[in-house]
Amino acid sequence: MTAGLALDAGLAVLVLAVAVWTIAARAAFAAVVGFVTYGLLLAIVWVRIAAVDVALTEAAIGGGVTGAVLIAAAARLRPTEARSAAERPGAALRIAAGVLSALVSAGLAVLVLYPPNPAPSLAPAAAVHLPALGVGNPVTAVLIAYRAIDTLLEKVVLLLALLGVWSLAPDRFWGGAPGQRRDARDGTLTLLARLLPPVGIVVGVYILWVGAVAPGGAFQGGAILAAMWILVMIAGLHDAPEISRHWVRFLLVVGPAVFLAVGLAGFVVADGFLSYPVRYAKPLIIAIEVVLTLSIAVILGLLVAGPPERERRP
Amino acid sequence: MSQALDIFTVIAVVAGAFFFLAGTVGLLRFPDPLTRLHALTKADNLGLGLVVLGLLPQANGVLGGLKLVAVWLLAQLAGATVTQLVARAVRPEGPRA
Repeated sequence: MTAGLALDAGLAVLVLAVAVWTIAARAAFAAVVGFVTYGLLLAIVWVRIAAVDVALTEAAIGGGVTGAVLIAAAARLRPTEARSAAERPGAALRIAAGVLSALVSAGLAVLVLYPPNPAPSLAPAAAVHLPALGVGNPVTAVLIAYRAIDTLLEKVVLLLALLGVWSLAPDRFWGGAPGQRRDARDGTLTLLARLLPPVGIVVGVYILWVGAVAPGGAFQGGAILAAMWILVMIAGLHDAPEISRHWVRFLLVVGPAVFLAVGLAGFVVADGFLSYPVRYAKPLIIAIEVVLTLSIAVILGLLVAGPPERERRP
Repeated sequence: MSQALDIFTVIAVVAGAFFFLAGTVGLLRFPDPLTRLHALTKADNLGLGLVVLGLLPQANGVLGGLKLVAVWLLAQLAGATVTQLVARAVRPEGPRA
């Protein structure tokens, strides 16, 4: 017990220190490295409070994919970094930022120090209906059944984010491939990009499949698959696809589209939007998770690849 | 028998922790990037290796043990790759003759 307490205290100090360091770091690249470290430490914190689903997502998205996007952004901003770092915001803006931060911190402190007693919990309600859905992992049940509308909208937001990235492309590159072509040199990275994906793909599919009964699911599995794709693209073994390809567009929308179609079918065969007929709940949930994983993997991979930078081939 | 295994676990994990400590001290104290990488890889290889070795008798069956070994192998692969990449960024012309 005391060893656990010491570990938790050490973790809390470490997380706070890395957070302060990330904010204080002057160079964008250093701040990104701090942010990735922070994400991985947070994942350990989530494991400590037995939220393994969140820990997996934090490690894969917060530490991994977001880190890759931010490193790419920092590399792009390097030419203008010195100029923007030299800018000092006005006194009014700094005071406003300080006051707002203090207010948010005070609000959080009140919530943490004076929690309502007993703490509100929906856990019993979530557990009651698990047998009807046929899934053993309450987190998956919440994501795909109880709060399905949130998950559906989240995927649409991901698509919108990708559209936002694509819209940065100049007109002449629209429909072309993202980034510059990288040559596959016979180097260390090439070796890793050949060795790791077979393992990573198996792990990604396993995480997706096990999500029905244990921590895991579409988002975590999709992020791992995306990481393998990104590795292959960075090593130059396989070029990023042109964003106008039909198969790219199909994979991007198939997850949200199937989810939405099943949701609409709920009006006819079940109790309404996004409700499942009881006998087919489990197969429907698995099917939605599989197509969502595909879409998430392609969306995350293309988010990291960035806006189109090459003319479309005829 | 189980007590002997427990003692083995404690000794191996403590030895692994020592390598992590030594690697961290080296990372902080060594003068240039290549020697710091040298310190770091010792922590990854030997430190994590000894921790995994020590945890094997406590593993949940053969499958659990294999998972532990897989974690060590994957960390080795990632560590070796990143070390090579960092070293090449530090000295693009390759090893000095």
